[in-house]
Amino acid sequence: MPTIAEKILSGMAGEIVECEVDYIMVNDVTGVPAFEVFEKLERGMKKEKVVVIQDHYVPNKDVASAEQANALRNYARRYGIENYYEIGKGGVCHQVMIEEGFAAPGRLIIGADSHTCSYGALGAFSTGVGSTEAAAAMATGRLWFKVPATQKFVINGDLKRYVMGKDIILHVIGDIGVSGSLYNSQEFYGTAINNLNLSDRITISNMTVEAGAKAGIIPPDEKVFDFLRGRVRGEYKAVYADTGSEYEEVFEYDASEIVPTVAKPFSPDNTVPASELDVPIDQAYLGSCTNGRIEDLRVAAEILRGKKVNTEARMIVVPASENVFKQAIEEGLIQIFLEADVFVCGPTCGACLGGHMGVLAKGEKCISTTNRNFIGRMGHKDSEVYLANPAVVAASAIKGRITDPAELGI
Amino acid sequence: MRIWKFADNIDTDQIIPAEYLTTGDAKKLAANAFAKVRPEFSKEVKEGDIIVSGENFGCGSSREHAPRALLGAGISCVIAKSFARIFFRNSINIGLQLLEADVFDRIEERDEIEINFEDGVIMNHTKKEDYKFKPLPEFMQKLLESGGLIPYIKMQNSHLR
Repeated sequence: MPTIAEKILSGMAGEIVECEVDYIMVNDVTGVPAFEVFEKLERGMKKEKVVVIQDHYVPNKDVASAEQANALRNYARRYGIENYYEIGKGGVCHQVMIEEGFAAPGRLIIGADSHTCSYGALGAFSTGVGSTEAAAAMATGRLWFKVPATQKFVINGDLKRYVMGKDIILHVIGDIGVSGSLYNSQEFYGTAINNLNLSDRITISNMTVEAGAKAGIIPPDEKVFDFLRGRVRGEYKAVYADTGSEYEEVFEYDASEIVPTVAKPFSPDNTVPASELDVPIDQAYLGSCTNGRIEDLRVAAEILRGKKVNTEARMIVVPASENVFKQAIEEGLIQIFLEADVFVCGPTCGACLGGHMGVLAKGEKCISTTNRNFIGRMGHKDSEVYLANPAVVAASAIKGRITDPAELGI
Repeated sequence: MRIWKFADNIDTDQIIPAEYLTTGDAKKLAANAFAKVRPEFSKEVKEGDIIVSGENFGCGSSREHAPRALLGAGISCVIAKSFARIFFRNSINIGLQLLEADVFDRIEERDEIEINFEDGVIMNHTKKEDYKFKPLPEFMQKLLESGGLIPYIKMQNSHLR
């Protein structure tokens, strides 16, 4: 019996299939090479399927990135791409894809960005591709896929306070390793997953690529359908695995045993409980497609309310989209951050990939809600990134060292 | 021809750091390949050189800039125990030759090797050893032989339309 991945791709694990894709997303880094390759094909553009989002190096960080963003803008104009998101209207590409109703259950979406797997939280099969593949799909509407085998992850039980979707996925990656799901799809089940809000589920699907997975899918439920009401573009049909689906492997975890977790440099599987670390930090970073949603900002603001960022450290908050930013202002969260001496800026991928807005100097350490802690990821090759949930990041900003929020006794 | 050895889990941020992603040009990217972790690479690499690595080569970002940088540097083949899937696809789609073989512990940087893709054999002339590997699935071989996905689509005029 087929898994969700096998159903959406209409094939069995191991087969190479060619599928019609619903959407093709590109950003300012991957988009320009994609349009350049597309032009070599001398074909028409399936423009209704194409979504173009400026997010990586915007607002332009230097002349080279300004030229790149401008080239993308001009391509979008030339081909009449209606799904074009300029700064001020969009934000980090995956958040925009979700907020704007492109991502939906049962859909097949490709994006020229590895965290395209985020939409698995809404029951889509979505995966990262390169610029050439994006170009081919822009021209043909189709792409080849090797249907992945699926690993099943079952997480039952109640999560403790300050334990979030981030900790679940870091726990899983810490267990199976960064190549633990190479070429595979992941599916998530269990009461802990059912009880999570959509934002935390997106965090889980978002980081499945950090274990090498092609997709990380959570069966859609009422929370997803509610979110999509009045938002989704077109029709969609939820897809579920059949009972008796064949899984490559099954992993089970007890949610109550998962603690606030940190991935130490230089690999997302290098995980340890936050409470076991005593690492002084220079910077705390809250943002990105992984953890830059309103739910993440609320958690951090609750901890920072009436407190100050430690004088030995600094903190940066980057909402993942304009909508998140607006809502955070309306809810008074931005006011809390500003009073706590946090630097807040508009949505961008920013320092997550070492672009701008918080790049690290030699020897600096950053606790971050982002997704990767590779060598030099956020700046100098001798800087260090520690990955954690928004509560750990906020608590660490207050203490000036990596801190389990429980230690604050709030 | 020389061998460049890299350990497990070489991520795309190491292959081409994000600050150099303001161009898609293979030659320009090649000038900064492995800039942070192995700065001598871009200066010393020569046309035809081969990379030998362990598990999960090319993990992380989907940036096609990574295989483009290696292609621009003149790398003729990347041999690894396993590849991250997006890097794997990107390489085949742009015509960078890859092969999966668990030979990291067998091949040294100074070894003289030759690859026979038809028979699936790596010949280590220095050590006088042969290592077998499983050829790519037929569809992927066709893509590579065409020079990548774009020439393949152009060839297959009616197909994929």
